[in-house]
Amino acid sequence: MNVLVPLVVTLPLLGAALALALGRKSRYQVLVSVLSLVAVVVISAFLLVLVDQQGPAVVHVGDWQAPWGIVLVVDRLSAIMLIVSALMLLGVLLFAVGQGIVDSDRDTPVSIFHPTYLVLAAGLFNAFVAGDLFNMYVGFEMLLSASYVLLTLGGTGARIRAGVTYIVVSLISSILFLAAIALIYGATGTVTLALLAERIPALPGDVQLILALMLLIAFGVKAAVFPVSFWLPDSYPTAPAPVTAVFAGLLTKVGVYAILRTQTLLFPDNTLSMPLMIVALLTLVIGILGALAQADIKRLLSFTLVSHIGYMMFGIALGTEAAIAATIYYVVHHIMIQTTLFLCAGLIERIGGTTSLARLGGMLKAAPLVAVLFFIGALNLGGIPPFSGFLGKVALFDAGVQVGDTISYVLLAGGAATSLLTLYALARAWNMAFWRPRRDVENYDSPMLNALQDDPHDEGTVTTKTTSPLMTAATASMLVLTVSLTVFAGPAFGLATRAAEDIKTPSVYIDAVFPGGTP
Amino acid sequence: MSASLTLIVVMAVMYAAGIYIMLERSLTRVLIGFLLVGNATNLLIFIMSGRPGSSPIVTGTALDDTMVDPVPQVFMLTAIVINFGITALLLALIYRSWWLAQLGDEGDTLTDEHAAETQETTEAAFQSSSDDEAAVQASLDASEDGSDDTVDDPNTPSNPAATSTRTPEGDNR
Repeated sequence: MNVLVPLVVTLPLLGAALALALGRKSRYQVLVSVLSLVAVVVISAFLLVLVDQQGPAVVHVGDWQAPWGIVLVVDRLSAIMLIVSALMLLGVLLFAVGQGIVDSDRDTPVSIFHPTYLVLAAGLFNAFVAGDLFNMYVGFEMLLSASYVLLTLGGTGARIRAGVTYIVVSLISSILFLAAIALIYGATGTVTLALLAERIPALPGDVQLILALMLLIAFGVKAAVFPVSFWLPDSYPTAPAPVTAVFAGLLTKVGVYAILRTQTLLFPDNTLSMPLMIVALLTLVIGILGALAQADIKRLLSFTLVSHIGYMMFGIALGTEAAIAATIYYVVHHIMIQTTLFLCAGLIERIGGTTSLARLGGMLKAAPLVAVLFFIGALNLGGIPPFSGFLGKVALFDAGVQVGDTISYVLLAGGAATSLLTLYALARAWNMAFWRPRRDVENYDSPMLNALQDDPHDEGTVTTKTTSPLMTAATASMLVLTVSLTVFAGPAFGLATRAAEDIKTPSVYIDAVFPGGTP
Repeated sequence: MSASLTLIVVMAVMYAAGIYIMLERSLTRVLIGFLLVGNATNLLIFIMSGRPGSSPIVTGTALDDTMVDPVPQVFMLTAIVINFGITALLLALIYRSWWLAQLGDEGDTLTDEHAAETQETTEAAFQSSSDDEAAVQASLDASEDGSDDTVDDPNTPSNPAATSTRTPEGDNR
């Protein structure tokens, strides 16, 4: 059944080629992209069950044995990431299709959108199943190149401006990643993760530190960890709503996945625990302070996105089995909830005509369903019981208490404060946009609202567009998924714990790639 | 592991120059910087393959000890291809941002600057063709006996009109 592993990469790529060839027939294009993503969802669900029962699935591409050939590995963590990202990509694709049906204007040229979107999916899946660093780099480049195109879709001035920041920052991080691969190859003579897991701990401590830091910075830029997160709030909100949703949900998390994979498998000593703790704290606090100052819902959500990456860094920094399990659960929760909230913001933008809190109002009457969707999403992200945001944070804090040193308690306090401030920022956004009557928007006098910073490129226009039922349905079903993460928290957390066990015993991964012992 | 000092120096200079140029605000310079830094990284990978030796092509069954490590060369090839694609994308982006900077958003809906000229030539062509037709008619009227040699091919005069009328879409890049 290992044959299925390469399919998660090849199917979207084939779909992309087919969608490109069908450029002029948008109906068939939609059919091709939906079908290939549905196929990936089915395959990854199957893989998840398989891997959970029988241990990691390994494929040596072209029957070239590792470390000479390319090796694809799906362990529990990869399988979880695969199924979640495939589901999110499918949901957002349906939203985009709904949007495309309503308006096929030049802001969303559908003929390029579908192939690029599928290439992004293929790159994402490739990064998750890659069993060696270089293949992971190729996966990153695939998804980044696709994201460059998606971000500058339509080529308007604002998007080109945002795109340039994003592209230049991403290029630098990619080059850093490549240089790190070169140095790792120079030091160990291999890039296969399973072999590196044995060879890197044998290196001198300072060499290990340099390699760990280079990988951490390269992935940190992608994951938007504090000192290198400045680019995110300026670039994500300008893209079309579905694109922003995918970027926010998945692109930062693939960075988190890479950090989780490399720091636990290659550097099991966790020597960077302290710096990671400090970075996590700064990411949490500074991100959420940025969110408090925003009047634009999309920018506000971007800042909360940056902020909540801090929780995952906290878990990785703690490095215990409980902490890793909590991190995996939190990553899944965060992918789902951020994607859903950005889709909600897309709906708000179309119905209310803007995402600026200064000009939104009376949305509760105009769009009661969206109001409910955004409300539940906000409570979930803010960590109100019984939602998954609360469960993930409790698990994380519990792991922090188990470690029990001073910095863990400091992070606990920071995390709790961030959670409350997130709730405050989102509740304020909901109050302004949905609860405030439409007639109060004009001449609304509030020192608080005046102090908020609007999108610097916002032209102050209000242009409402119609929404299709498919868009609302896609958003609603994504929200149902996030809620189901709460309902099935027991099994989901059990799976996360088993995935964390695998991660804390690297021999599981190594033995799967080299059944006859490492060369 | 041994490595060529020349390559290391070249790599260092390329990194330094590339990073310096990337700090400029102009996008074209960022692209040049990216090319330098990207190729410096390729050199770094190459340096990591260690000492020079014979080309890594297996001809016989005997193990050749002087063979260089082929894996970094494969990495380099892949990285070069990726950099090539990114460069193409960046060039497109630079062109687009130049277009927006020069013409603004109106650039996309720019009216044909030769529209008036086209109009003139079109009208002139129609004018001349109607003139021709009038002349033909006149000569037909003049020669009542209907000799064919005064009549030109009636399609010829209308041809310039057909070619000079340009569709507005054709001029919009």
